[in-house]
Amino acid sequence: MASTAAAPETQSGPNPDKKIEQMESVVIRFCGDSGDGMQLVGNQFMNTSAILGNDVSTLPDFPAEIRAPAGTLAGVSGYQLNFSSHDIFTPGDAVDTLVAMNPAALKTNIGDLKRGGTLIINEDEFETGNLQKAGYASNPLEDSKIVSNYHVHRVPMTRLTRDAVDGLGLSLKEADRCKNFFSLGLVYWLYDRDRKPTEDEITRKFGKKNPKYAEANLRALRAGFNYGFSTEAFTTHYKVPPAKLPPGKYKKITGNEATALGLVTAARLAGKNLFYGGYPITPASDILHELAMMKNFHVRTFQAEDEIAAISSVVGAAYAGELAITASSGPGICLKGEAIGLGIMMELPMVIVNVQRGGPSTGLPTKTEQSDLLLCYFGRNGDSPIPIVAASGPGDCFYMVQEAMRIAVEFMTPVFFLTDGYIANGAEPWMIPNVKDLKPIKVQHPEGLNGQSPDSVTAEGQAGFLPYKRDAKLARPWAIPGTKGLEHRVGGLEKSDVTGNVDYSPANHHHMVMTRCNKVAGIADHIPLQDIDGPESGDLLVISWGGTCGAVRTAVRQCQAEGKSVSHVHMKYMNPMPKNLGDIIRKFKKVLVPELNTGQLLLLLRAKFLVDAVGQNKIQGKPFLVNEVVDKINDMLGGK
Amino acid sequence: MSTETSTAGAASLPVLTAKDFASDQEIRWCPRCGDYSILAQMKKVLPGLKIPREKFVFVSGIGCSSRFPYYMNTYGMHTIHGRAPAIATGIKVSRPDLQVWVITGDGDALSIGGNHFMHVVRRNMDLKVVLFNNQIYGLTKGQYSPTSPRGQKTKSTPMGSVDNPLTPLSVAIGSEATFVARSVDVDIKHLSAILERAAAHKGTAFVEVYQDCNVFNTGAFEYATDKSIKGDHVVYLEHGKPLVFGNKVKKGIRLNSMNPEIVELGKGITEDDLLFHDEKLAEPSLAFLLARMRHPEFPEPMGVFRAVERPIYDHDVNSQIDAAVAKQGEGDLESLFNAGDTWVVE
Repeated sequence: MASTAAAPETQSGPNPDKKIEQMESVVIRFCGDSGDGMQLVGNQFMNTSAILGNDVSTLPDFPAEIRAPAGTLAGVSGYQLNFSSHDIFTPGDAVDTLVAMNPAALKTNIGDLKRGGTLIINEDEFETGNLQKAGYASNPLEDSKIVSNYHVHRVPMTRLTRDAVDGLGLSLKEADRCKNFFSLGLVYWLYDRDRKPTEDEITRKFGKKNPKYAEANLRALRAGFNYGFSTEAFTTHYKVPPAKLPPGKYKKITGNEATALGLVTAARLAGKNLFYGGYPITPASDILHELAMMKNFHVRTFQAEDEIAAISSVVGAAYAGELAITASSGPGICLKGEAIGLGIMMELPMVIVNVQRGGPSTGLPTKTEQSDLLLCYFGRNGDSPIPIVAASGPGDCFYMVQEAMRIAVEFMTPVFFLTDGYIANGAEPWMIPNVKDLKPIKVQHPEGLNGQSPDSVTAEGQAGFLPYKRDAKLARPWAIPGTKGLEHRVGGLEKSDVTGNVDYSPANHHHMVMTRCNKVAGIADHIPLQDIDGPESGDLLVISWGGTCGAVRTAVRQCQAEGKSVSHVHMKYMNPMPKNLGDIIRKFKKVLVPELNTGQLLLLLRAKFLVDAVGQNKIQGKPFLVNEVVDKINDMLGGK
Repeated sequence: MSTETSTAGAASLPVLTAKDFASDQEIRWCPRCGDYSILAQMKKVLPGLKIPREKFVFVSGIGCSSRFPYYMNTYGMHTIHGRAPAIATGIKVSRPDLQVWVITGDGDALSIGGNHFMHVVRRNMDLKVVLFNNQIYGLTKGQYSPTSPRGQKTKSTPMGSVDNPLTPLSVAIGSEATFVARSVDVDIKHLSAILERAAAHKGTAFVEVYQDCNVFNTGAFEYATDKSIKGDHVVYLEHGKPLVFGNKVKKGIRLNSMNPEIVELGKGITEDDLLFHDEKLAEPSLAFLLARMRHPEFPEPMGVFRAVERPIYDHDVNSQIDAAVAKQGEGDLESLFNAGDTWVVE
């Protein structure tokens, strides 16, 4: 790539005047106005660190409004990431380095910065108007509490960025858009990151279409880097060596990406086409976007007129013989309830992905929560049992959504797959699997009556297909349209077992309700037993599910290292639950269930196992901090 | 009748008759319900389409009409209220080889399912949608429906309905329909011909059938079915022909500026002065104008209002799949997994 003479070249080699300090693990947060491009630079930092070999975990945090008024508290967007030389499970509790692009970002984020942490400020934005919008009566940068508690770096980023891009013919507004790359360049220097992946990305993104923007962003990035290198303000920079991850080939993946990848994989493993019917909703839409790009895998995506049409199209596609899926979040799942009940009644395979967010109602669209477990369990009329599986982290979505699909086709039933906003948008290194190591998914469509070939089906035989004749797993045959001789009708009315004919008789209804329940309960014989992290008996068992896995595992291991009698069970099969779960629970004196809701799994465990379990409940739209769980564990163990 | 399939490599089909399309289920509509006639015409029409029986899927929602699939010995789904168009969309998009019929009613399609109806029509999904319009909720025993006339006294409107009714054909045309037609349950020849036209149309074919609910709204369409009077209340549409009707006196429809008017033929007025029907007009204004002609002010048009060609959703979805495979090659998991920035940990 040619660079003009005006482009500031970066110095190579270490600056002998600056010392390098080695660190194990660092938490950085970029925050600014939602138009400042914080998600973009956060993502770049994440990519670069992953490629460098650090273990990484991220927490994007953005407002529900696409563009709240600039400079206001409501418009602050943040991106936190934890990168480390050892394996990590969470995006980190307290922030080591905070980059705040304006007063509102400072105000909403300063509380999470460690005492003694590094605070990098774009001081150009700390003028009266912005201070007022953020509700500051005076400039906080002159506040002795802030100045004495943190290493504050006041950097005139706006001005320096404008200087860096001078001569490219950019308007002021365009020039100011590059300041996120200035901040990224500065933090790259601070943490000894390679700029190349980001430079390549900038060239890839703007190079052809807008060489001027490419050049401007490259200059801003380098100017930021050089600022750290040259100025007196930064005396030290830090190095976080690569983590010791298991050997293999890795890529960075978010939960939504992994879900899409897992679905396409499931279809391939089953030898089927994928049909996705969906309606745009935060935070699930990325699954639709990902799948829409996979048309050469014969993925058909249908953006429906509403959530009801989305799930209805899935019911139709499932009857037609496709691997059919939909994805949504709380409000959309509510709308889908009736059609999911139809899927249960018709006993058709499909997967419903619920990327949970804060509720009720519209609630907190961009924030995470685990409050739809009971909705998925019970949110339909009648006794309508449905299998539910949940992913423990971004990469796990790839495997658990395949499990959901496997259960759906083996047992002829809709299946819920639960993730949440934290998993969906969070990213982590993902070890790329070998296709041949993946578990196969078996799909069978009957081709004739009782194993006869279609051509030998007689006129009498044609009336003889039994669509509700079940196998040993209580699953009915998946006969699909176009199959000669197997013409049959399915419907939402109660039906007679075996024949599938409409049947309202009392004994039959009792039998069919129990059959559907027993079918789902029987899945317990075909899922893995629950594993346990730590000794199999002791003082305290901590049970978690879904996206809290990382925080709870880290907390429990920390307590175990201190010699405490505590073990951890992380559940991925929510309905039915693993067969040995009750036995595990009974071997502990106390049980703690941390959840991002008011105690939904807790309610189920108490009812199912008659255990006096205790909940730890956080409903703030944010994941657990490790320390919060540690404190609760200590509390339960008598403050030891 | 021989029903050879045109599919390459397929063996010749057995000769199918109406009886082959009858299921073994007892039909549970009320005696003399208009639905019987529609079912009978459907069973007569299907064998002539030369499509193997296993390639048909009938999808319905909820309501009396929606029991229809149970009585057809094809593939079928009796689903939930209003959602049949969306369910049929899932079938047709994933299986373009199937012929998919949606059976619905005035409440199912226009009230609870109005949104799906509108969108399936504007997408021009290759579905055949037959709406049994009886202007009443029959299954729930007699509440007014979105097509009930103002003032109609029903169980839920003892003082008369104050709702303005919808005209199903206007809704369809307003939703950019490519095929709209109307017929009557007991006019069996006309109904068969219309169902055949609908089956042959590529894209959403919408057929409204006036259907008598002889229990809760009997006689609602007497003006269009009573042989002694219907000649004055119905005008049959024929492509390229003038709109002529009348039992004893020959009358026609003439356009006066943008408004239709009834004129008597003779006395200096000839057929050349009348409105000529053209179902192929790109602009739907004429079809809309015809749909607005309602009893008793006008004779109500019967037949095909509009039959035009436009891109078909399910066809285009599948074309994009083919184009993607042609351009990028058949999807390969190994390369999908390894796409993007990767790194190796030794």
